[in-house]
Amino acid sequence: MATTTQPAGIGAASGEDKQVASSIAALITDAPVPHPTLLKTFGAMMAREFRVLGRNAPSTFIRAVMQPLLFAFVFAYVLPKIGSGFGSAGAGAGAGASAAGGVTFATILVPGLMGSMFLMQGMFGTTMPLVMEFSWQRTIEDRALAPVPIQVLAIQKITAGAIQALIGAAIVFPVVYWVHAPGQGPHVHVTNWFLLVAVMVFASTLTASLGLWLGTVVDPRKIQMVFAVVLLPLTMLGCVYYPWSALHVIRWLQIVVLANPMVYMTEGLRAALTPGLGHMALWAIMLALVGGTAVFGALAVRTFRNRVVN
Amino acid sequence: MTSMTARPADDRSPEPAQAAIRTQDLRKTYKSSRGNVDAVRGIDLNVPPGEFFGLLGPNGAGKSTTIGMLTTLVAPTGGAAWVAGHDVTRDPVAVKRRIGVVTQNNTLDMQLTVAENLQFRSRFFGLSKGAAARRADQLIDAFGLGDRKNAMADQLSGGQARRLMIARALVHQPDVLFLDEPTAGLDPQTRVNLWDILQVLHEQGQTILLTTHYMEEAEALCDRIAVVDHGQVLAEGSLDDLLADAGAQTIVTVRYAEPVPGDLAERAGLAGRPGVTKVEADGDQLRVFSGDAEGLLGDLVSLGAANGLHVRDASEAKPSLETAFLALTGREYRE
Repeated sequence: MATTTQPAGIGAASGEDKQVASSIAALITDAPVPHPTLLKTFGAMMAREFRVLGRNAPSTFIRAVMQPLLFAFVFAYVLPKIGSGFGSAGAGAGAGASAAGGVTFATILVPGLMGSMFLMQGMFGTTMPLVMEFSWQRTIEDRALAPVPIQVLAIQKITAGAIQALIGAAIVFPVVYWVHAPGQGPHVHVTNWFLLVAVMVFASTLTASLGLWLGTVVDPRKIQMVFAVVLLPLTMLGCVYYPWSALHVIRWLQIVVLANPMVYMTEGLRAALTPGLGHMALWAIMLALVGGTAVFGALAVRTFRNRVVN
Repeated sequence: MTSMTARPADDRSPEPAQAAIRTQDLRKTYKSSRGNVDAVRGIDLNVPPGEFFGLLGPNGAGKSTTIGMLTTLVAPTGGAAWVAGHDVTRDPVAVKRRIGVVTQNNTLDMQLTVAENLQFRSRFFGLSKGAAARRADQLIDAFGLGDRKNAMADQLSGGQARRLMIARALVHQPDVLFLDEPTAGLDPQTRVNLWDILQVLHEQGQTILLTTHYMEEAEALCDRIAVVDHGQVLAEGSLDDLLADAGAQTIVTVRYAEPVPGDLAERAGLAGRPGVTKVEADGDQLRVFSGDAEGLLGDLVSLGAANGLHVRDASEAKPSLETAFLALTGREYRE
């Protein structure tokens, strides 16, 4: 039973120990005086985000490029190639659209593919880190102890996720431009750059907010289910391969998909990139994107805070 | 300090600015569908600047929840707490600016290197890039992590990770350093090494609140100790105070070769000896609790001899936090 109050080694400090002791002591006596501000802390958190992104650049890039690459390859190269042999009925929507309107499927695909990239990358960028940060080690406490309100950390996470979503969506452009059968390239015509920027910014913040919200309300162990139950249906029914107006033939589905935020992203991109092909009313698109960002953003900030401070 | 009684009721209007840590009837109840759990049930603490204060208690006593509330990551459900003069619920950002926290779990940023962990934490606290790099180098040197500087945080050994976490908690020169079970799971050598570091920090005037379930750790490091169990402070004071308050006893145990006759203790008048509070005869053992153990061991040996008993083993346990805890809770300390 220990009754002494000196741990071994302290009484008999060797020269080396003394040196260590003085360098530890210097940490207190010779310390910089910190002056944190909200902006500096936010900036440092973003810098940390970019450092990690940069370190993971190869895997991030591969994750971001594979989907549009394969989509473009199959829909803009393989299908148009075999489409002539199949005839307009058999080669899927791609060849069908191409035959019907003289519009290449790549043209229809660009906004849809970008929309799905927004969703994928935005949600990956916010939801996946949370799985690790909220697991039993709770590494989230590292940044939760930074001298800013927890809400700022939530907004920082949405910002970081949105930037990843933007990068992911932007990758679609070069891929679709380079990967297609001869004469099957996309015809994109931006008349309103302001609209394009607005749609991209709100689409990315909306997906990042959705990702943060889902990541904080769903048990991290069940996150795989989120991707099956949320991500997949949202993508498949997000008007990726056809404009929303084309759904009028299945009226009930046309109404049901209005609950899908991705519809407004793809339609918004159609309005900005291929306005000639028709799209949902602009006011409805912007209302959904801006309103959705506000609602899910506020919701995510709230649920995130409640997860961190319990 | 006599602290086994309730806190004095006359200081309801504290001047929290003077204390490094002060709590008033601090409570936390976790509500769940399976019923409520009262993790902390009214804790009052007052830690002056510069003190090395220990919260000692078994696992599940409410130590981590208390630290969680003091470091703003757990919301109290009752009472109040101030750290460095700031209310933890009303102004958590001001509190976070002034505290360094080493949690029980490894919360290092696994996607960053050792140096980056320190650099980015410094920048979170407003240091410029250059100043952050210098501070990181200074911390890496002092904590002997030089050869692991560019290793990823998830490649560190348990002891290295803990040292890095303490280094990280010090980047911004916090007023109060919180350490939640800092040596749990470390080998004895690493533990003593950490003790040395903490003592040097303490000598430089660093206020430290440490939780531990190791009695010897609290004994070795802390100026004052609060013994907590079931979410309450059972006793508080310096080690000497605690031992005196708890009526800590020296326990003399003598084991004989033969069974101890049931009436032996009574016949010898052991209970009447000055200082003796309890006598236990148990099979072949005779155990005497006494505040004044002078000569007791020898007397028990000769008592046995006079009654035809042969001594096989004899021991004397000095008063310790362990015996104090036993006296306070009436049960064995479970680590």
